[in-house]
Amino acid sequence: TNDLPGGPAVLQLNLHPAVTRIASEVAWLHWFMLITCIVIFIAVFAVMFYSIWKHRKSVGAKPANFHESVTVEVVWTIIPFLIVIGMALPATKVLVASKDTSNADLTIKATGYQWKWGYDYIKGEGEGMSFLSTLDSTHRAMSNAGAKGDVPDDYLLKVDNPLVVPVNKKVRIITTANDVIHAWGVPAFGVKQDAIPGFVRDTWFRSEKTGDFYGQCYELCGKEHAYMPIHVKVLSQQDYTAWVADQQKKMAAKLDDPKKVWALPEITARGEKVYAANCAACHQANGKGVAAFPPLDGAAIVQDADKSKQIQVVLNGRNAMPAWKQLSDTDLAAVISYTKNNWSNKTGQIVQPADVLAARK
Amino acid sequence: MSAVLDHSQAGHGEHHDHAPTGWRRWVFATNHKDIGTLYLLFSFTMLMVGGLLALMIRAELFQPGLQLVNPELFNQLTTMHGLIMVFGAIMPAFVGFANWMIPLQIGAPDMAFARMNNFSFWLAVPAGIMLVGSFFMPGGAPSAGWTLYAPLTLQMGPSMDAGIFAMHILGASSIMGSINIIVTILNMRAPGMTLMKMPMFTWTWLITAYLLIAVMPVLAGAITMTLTDRHFGTTFFNPAGGGDPVMYQHIFWFFGHPEVYIMILPAFGIISQVVPAFARKRLFGYASMVYATSSIAILSFIVWAHHMFTTGMPVTGQLFFMYATMLIAVPTAVKIFNWIATMWQGSMTFETPMLFSAGFIFVFTMGGFTGLILAMAPIDLLLQDTYYVVAHFHYVLVAGSLFALFAGFYYWAPKWSGVMYHEGRGKLHFWWSLISFNVTFFPMHFLGLAGMPRRYADYPMQFADFNALASVGAFFFGLAQVYFFFFIVLPVMRGQGKTAPQRPWNDADGKGAEGLEWEVPSPAPFHTFETPPRLNAAANKVLGSAHH
Amino acid sequence: MSSSATGTTPYYFVPHPSRHPVMAAVGLLLVIFSAAEWINGADWAKWTLLFGFLWVLTVLFQWFRDAIGESESGQYGHKVDVSFRWSMSWFIFSEVMFFGAFFTALWWLRSHSVPALGGVENALLWPDFKALWPSVAPGVTASPAGVIEPFSTMGPLWLPTINTALLLSSGVTITIAHHLLRVNNRPATILFMWLTVLLGFSFVCVQGYEYFHAYTDLNLKLSSGAYGSTFFMLTGFHGLHVLIGMLMLFFITLRLMKGHFTPERHFGFEGAAWYWHFVDVVWLGLYTLVYWT
Ligand code: HEA
Ligand code: HEA
Ligand code: CUA
Ligand SMILES: [Cu+2]
Repeated sequence: TNDLPGGPAVLQLNLHPAVTRIASEVAWLHWFMLITCIVIFIAVFAVMFYSIWKHRKSVGAKPANFHESVTVEVVWTIIPFLIVIGMALPATKVLVASKDTSNADLTIKATGYQWKWGYDYIKGEGEGMSFLSTLDSTHRAMSNAGAKGDVPDDYLLKVDNPLVVPVNKKVRIITTANDVIHAWGVPAFGVKQDAIPGFVRDTWFRSEKTGDFYGQCYELCGKEHAYMPIHVKVLSQQDYTAWVADQQKKMAAKLDDPKKVWALPEITARGEKVYAANCAACHQANGKGVAAFPPLDGAAIVQDADKSKQIQVVLNGRNAMPAWKQLSDTDLAAVISYTKNNWSNKTGQIVQPADVLAARK
Repeated sequence: MSAVLDHSQAGHGEHHDHAPTGWRRWVFATNHKDIGTLYLLFSFTMLMVGGLLALMIRAELFQPGLQLVNPELFNQLTTMHGLIMVFGAIMPAFVGFANWMIPLQIGAPDMAFARMNNFSFWLAVPAGIMLVGSFFMPGGAPSAGWTLYAPLTLQMGPSMDAGIFAMHILGASSIMGSINIIVTILNMRAPGMTLMKMPMFTWTWLITAYLLIAVMPVLAGAITMTLTDRHFGTTFFNPAGGGDPVMYQHIFWFFGHPEVYIMILPAFGIISQVVPAFARKRLFGYASMVYATSSIAILSFIVWAHHMFTTGMPVTGQLFFMYATMLIAVPTAVKIFNWIATMWQGSMTFETPMLFSAGFIFVFTMGGFTGLILAMAPIDLLLQDTYYVVAHFHYVLVAGSLFALFAGFYYWAPKWSGVMYHEGRGKLHFWWSLISFNVTFFPMHFLGLAGMPRRYADYPMQFADFNALASVGAFFFGLAQVYFFFFIVLPVMRGQGKTAPQRPWNDADGKGAEGLEWEVPSPAPFHTFETPPRLNAAANKVLGSAHH
Repeated sequence: MSSSATGTTPYYFVPHPSRHPVMAAVGLLLVIFSAAEWINGADWAKWTLLFGFLWVLTVLFQWFRDAIGESESGQYGHKVDVSFRWSMSWFIFSEVMFFGAFFTALWWLRSHSVPALGGVENALLWPDFKALWPSVAPGVTASPAGVIEPFSTMGPLWLPTINTALLLSSGVTITIAHHLLRVNNRPATILFMWLTVLLGFSFVCVQGYEYFHAYTDLNLKLSSGAYGSTFFMLTGFHGLHVLIGMLMLFFITLRLMKGHFTPERHFGFEGAAWYWHFVDVVWLGLYTLVYWT
């Protein structure tokens, strides 16, 4: 294993190398605290160990009789108080700076889903783009297999669609979540913000370097909590502009016609991919489920002639099953068709995007 | 267990009952010493269970990739490890000490409400059964973390409700236990035992019991809202109905932060007893220790949101909670300095209780400093929910609370059992624990700084080395505790070992441990202070009986 | 210590070993296990739950019977009396903190959560949400996700006001009863106690009717969003406490009729009265914060 630039390093002992001003100030603050604390620690325990050494009974120490002194108590109340104030001042400065999310060049909404991130470019260059960012499914499989053999350096940190932002621009991240609380954070940026369902919060960063930077979900969000990484690609302004243009072209091309009527093999092929990316984590690739997550293979609701039942569950969730509204009609139609026609389920039913659209009402 | 059981003949008052015998003695107990023993046994059992879960966590994290458990089970292990350690192991252990020692220290015949005392204990047992049993319920144990954050709790299976009810019962147990302790201390002190002459352990428990009564009901409120949100359609934590998941966190941490001091203040109390005894010098700054403890307790009510810096509070809120939290370092500093001043120019020996106490002061302070670093909101934004936090709280909980419990055990077990533990083994236990503890938890600071999130079943490759080290350390640490049980606790319970004198920690010239507990024989008779003792001016010696 | 039939009051009464605590704990284990199963759909569990409750009640009955016996046989000296006073005070303090959690929830949801959900920032998520308290008012759009059916709120007039009057008068009657007990007018004490119990009982009945009215006429339910949640949980827990307090007063009255208590020593009575006043104060909080504002 090697260090992962922008991510963790092997035997890393301290915070990540900072690429934003806030992160470097936090790093400074941490050094300042660390040194102050170590100095106090050494001072205090030097006294204790001196006493332990000198005032041992075995070297003939006789106990003294003193046992109180108001002066001493006052002194060692005031001194720590002053030290603490000395610590609080620089912390206040950094904190206030880190909270100022105004005047952003680019605003992106990051939505936590169980278990992936959704990014919507809300304001600034690239406005209107949106995509989901999911852990590379081969990494998830590697994890299940015990991460043996040739494991890549970005193990568990590689996503299909990284978040892309321009360098030296103030990027405001608005966080929210769809189901439970997640947290969006990138250590190198000095940023972490909980994503709370139903509410929006925000944070910001201005990366001074281009490159790839990694973070992970920092709030327990259920069983795949360890598998929803954050990958931010910081590009130069030109590259970013090019990327946006390219991306918008691709999106236009990929945009599914929701009125399209699909044929069975075509739609199940599409569904297989959607299944692998979203459903297999719980229901397993073989459709057999695991523990509390029920099997789909042979499930009554999947085989039911009334398609709407399954559509409803997939759209709105049930118990531990999250709602999947955020996927497109075509993706949902595809994955439902896939489950209805895979493994031992041979219903021959096709769910079309229009069915899903109708059920959304 | 016979040593603990068979000493009912030793010196008692003129009128006495025959000590009950057999299982009835334990199950129907109204005697504070027996109930104390029950609490200690219960909590040690839970420590083993919680420790076993910790070892499963560490085994899974030994290497990257999933080897032993799936992520769902992993989260259950983490959650139940936290819950069982906090509510099953540490808290009841301190209550066990309170039961044994408070009446002895203040010269009271028993706890104020002896039957209710037994009820408090027996309530802990069903709760423990439910918590451990939840692993076997459909869907497995709760897996939302010991903090039980909404709305993740709304996705849990039936065991969540079992867990909530178990916590309700534990809360009732704690509240009754605390009322008992407070009333005993306020109302049953022997004549002459004024509040400002009370031993520090009793003092810290008075304050702890107050904290418990203030915050356990708040926890009950929070989990009751969780319960009704889960089953009865309320929307306390559901934004779709105007609720707020963050409100859960506020209510929880209003309980949760004082809770961590509930687990450390009695530990401070034990250390304040042990250090003077082995320094052969009175506790330095007794009054300021009392004030410092009270200040910590009061401050503990206004710092809760330091657990929530990343939830996105207004900057004024963050600043307030940051300052308030950092202030706690001041009274804690006073405590540390007073202990060291107690040692200063003492005549120290280092039997096991003293080793654990010195170890406590040393390692707890490291945990305190990392707490202070976490209290700095800008730094916490990077460290929150990483292994740095895990390192912090194991330094204060394991090397803090647990080490203090060990110190207290070695210090008072001779009084409880009438036999001395094996000193060499005690020392081995200390060094073994101290070293393996640091091997386990020190590397977690690095992991946290490097950004490894907590509650993760699997992690990037770069974190592998320190995790492996921590796992190895954890197994050695666990083994040390198994050694402690079989080679130290068990012999003591069986009454094997040198007979303990009445004042085992005093040397020939009478210097050493002070306090009323050393005024009764070893082992402490079944009934003590049935009539109030007459005390000397310092209230640490019995001169005779107050009535006759 | 434990003193026995000689009739002398011991320095401090320490009871004999007792089976009540462990029996009660076993009963409670049954209760919590059954409750957890029941709310998760196990039908049999309601029977074991009922059985568990009866079990616990039986044990408590025996326990209190023993304690009352000890008290009446004069084994509780002055010190024990002081212990009871302390313990009741601390118990009530714990209850205050319990209600505190729910009052805080009310405040937070009302002054923080609902406004935030309707704020400009949140328009990104809930463009239609109106920051109104209660979250759904007649004629206004529903909650963010439209999960709440429209409902009307429960105003202070007239049921809650009647209840205020009932509870306040019961505070007066119990004070009169206490006074009468101190001047050793037992028959009148008993009369005023029955009056107090009756007032408490009427309160519970009116509240029962109020809930019925809420569900049938106002469509106000436990599931009526933040308003319904806090309304029912606060008034519900309060009502439960009224019920408990009323039972305490009921048994105290029975004991008065059996000749228990003396003009000088009657902490059982006073403890129940303290509790009753506490319940009263909580109600005044509810009346102003839940119904009027
Ligand atoms: C026994 C338990 C215990 C104790 C005593 C403490 C003590 C402290 N804790 Fe800790 N804490 C926990 C248990 C405890 N904590 C737990 C369990 C969690 C995690 C919960 C969870 O999320 O699961 C946690 C988490 C936690 C956080 C949140 C981290 C996060 O999630 O992001 C913070 C942040 O402020 C914090 C701070 C502190 C501080 C400032 C102290 C102070 O009281 C420390 C004071 C001590 C000292 C400072 C050292 C001694 C002093 C001197 C030698 C004097 C000289 C010093 C100076 C003048 C600076 N703790
Ligand atoms: C309160 C006290 C307490 C104590 C004493 C401990 C003790 C230990 N804890 Fe801790 N821990 C917590 C409280 C505590 N913990 C809390 C509150 C959390 C947070 C939970 C959450 O995130 O929700 C946590 C989380 C936590 C984590 C993070 C998990 C995660 O984020 O996924 C880890 C990981 O290493 C860990 C490890 C350990 C270890 C190795 C010990 C060791 O000290 C244990 C030592 C082992 C023994 C004492 C067992 C000996 C027994 C045997 C060897 C087997 C014999 C058994 C039988 C015969 C039955 N704990
Ligand atoms: Cu998403 Cu953890
Ligand atoms: Cu805290």
